[in-house]
Amino acid sequence: MKSLSALSWMHLLLCTVLTLAMALSIMTAGQAGAGSPQRIVSLGGSVTEIVYALDQQDRLVARDTTSNYPAAAQDLPDVGYIRRLSPEGLLSVEPDLILAEDGAGPPETLDLLRASRIPLISVPMGFDRDAVKAKITAVAEALGVPARGAELAQRVTEEIDLATRQELSGQRVLFILTLQDGRVLASGTNTAADGIMSLAGAVNAVEGFEGYKLLTDEAILTAAPDVILMMQSEGARAVSDETLFSQPAIAATPAGQNRAVLRMDGMFLLGFSVRTGQAVTELAARLHGSGS
Amino acid sequence: MALAAEPAPDFGGSRATGDRSPAARLLMIGAALLLAVTCLANLAMGPAGTSLSGALADIIQGRELSLRDRVVLWDIRLPRMILACLVGAGLAVSGAILQGLFRNPLADPGIVGVSAGASLGAVTAIVLGATLPFGAWLGRWLVPAMAFLGAWMATLLLYRIATRAGRTSVATMLLAGIALTALAMAMTGFLVYLADDAQLRDVTFWNMGSLAGATWDKIAIAAPLILLPMVVAPFLAHGLNGLALGEAAAGHIGIPVQRLKRSAILMVAMSTGAAVAVSGGIGFVGIVVPHLVRLASGPDHRYLLPNAAILGAALLLSADLVSRTIIAPAELPIGILTAVIGGPFFLFILLRQRGIVDL
Repeated sequence: MKSLSALSWMHLLLCTVLTLAMALSIMTAGQAGAGSPQRIVSLGGSVTEIVYALDQQDRLVARDTTSNYPAAAQDLPDVGYIRRLSPEGLLSVEPDLILAEDGAGPPETLDLLRASRIPLISVPMGFDRDAVKAKITAVAEALGVPARGAELAQRVTEEIDLATRQELSGQRVLFILTLQDGRVLASGTNTAADGIMSLAGAVNAVEGFEGYKLLTDEAILTAAPDVILMMQSEGARAVSDETLFSQPAIAATPAGQNRAVLRMDGMFLLGFSVRTGQAVTELAARLHGSGS
Repeated sequence: MALAAEPAPDFGGSRATGDRSPAARLLMIGAALLLAVTCLANLAMGPAGTSLSGALADIIQGRELSLRDRVVLWDIRLPRMILACLVGAGLAVSGAILQGLFRNPLADPGIVGVSAGASLGAVTAIVLGATLPFGAWLGRWLVPAMAFLGAWMATLLLYRIATRAGRTSVATMLLAGIALTALAMAMTGFLVYLADDAQLRDVTFWNMGSLAGATWDKIAIAAPLILLPMVVAPFLAHGLNGLALGEAAAGHIGIPVQRLKRSAILMVAMSTGAAVAVSGGIGFVGIVVPHLVRLASGPDHRYLLPNAAILGAALLLSADLVSRTIIAPAELPIGILTAVIGGPFFLFILLRQRGIVDL
């Protein structure tokens, strides 16, 4: 009986010591985490935009290929395409935090980052108002500026709400990603283009498939868009009105007859980031302008 | 190709004056030195700026390496260097074996359907991914596993098509290979049509090849599949030399032609299948390296096979060094580099020594 109680005392003591040690280590770990990261790699155009909007750009040391706004971001070293990150390339900029849009990879590189104890925070993607809010909140928390984040998130969601409160145009819009040799790569559902169109009160003229797909001429006729929406691009990729409307199928649609085409900057229109409210406002206004 | 073009009696008659084995041995020494230098360079250089000598000094003096240096050297550069050696050697030797077997200078692993099969397998995995049976279970191994499976299935199918009554016709194999490649590419095209944006990007990058995903696990799986054919290759050399005289003549001088064909094709499928599975589509190594070796030291397979292995490894290491550093911190897909380096260099040599490769 006595020996048993001695044993349980020992047990209790040991447990207490262990618990204390654990609590201590958790506390110190928490403190280390709070010593906020100062060398950040931002992957994904929308994430980079948020970092700048939170005025934390001084902490950035590198960015990915899609981070082209604001223009100053392009001065940062480019670590390549977000799904093909080079492990040594990432380590070479000596980051203490990596902020990435969902889907960064490949997994081998992520493993090596984990092995080097470099935290990677995945920012959720999505194509609606709440997704923008979630993105901003996630970035702000990772940067240790939640108050600024809440402020920014509120401002941006208010902008979006204001923009979407406008009168719905209900126009049928065909978003053309690329037009090459007369082949039309158009947006179906569940894309950034689809998301922004519905926020702006328009109807995606193409339904029935997800993502971006080539459309046949007959599908374009069936879609019967009132307006065609494209990304602004320069140089060889630019598509002139003449080229666009010389496509017989497009010319025969209401959009073709009215020569109704809108071009907007890709990152601005499809980024689902800080400027999305403005993008919705501009798109809706221009849709109204080009209406009928 | 040279082997087929040179009349056999001449080949034998000029043996005394035309013996190029000293040149071949010299080339072997030179290539081995080049390999050693490129190996060291790949360990010592990279965007992370970790110094090999500094790390070695630390190890010798018993100091603890920093976590970052250890990851860079041990988990990034070393596995990548080994994988480059394996893939480069595997592709070059496969190319040399196939050129000998088909007596055709244009033969490369693509000719036995390996590339198209592997590509179809990889694209299937990328696009359909977790919806495949075992897809979720295999996880990140799905793409390499499917690429290897695709390569194997294509080659075995081709072998079955071309083999009749225990005799494989290389001509049938060549032609059926073209048909099968077209079919596989059509199926790949259909999958590409189904793919979404991110998957399309993945497909494009896979086709351009990369050694960036080098891990110790991958080496553990790929190494036996690539090294076994290396070990067997020297035993094929004599037979391949005989085959240069033509199949009938080779049979008459006692070479078991059918067995030679079968083992050569299986070895090539094994080694290129594994190489392509871990690195994606890396072109040109399988065709440029064997020709370079042939031009330098003749078509004797006893020297051609090992020299191609060493030079293939060295070439891929050099290409990978450029790939890792030229646009650091990003990375250029290595398949682009092997083509950019290999294409013009090969053309230059062809133009200078036109006679050698004339059919």
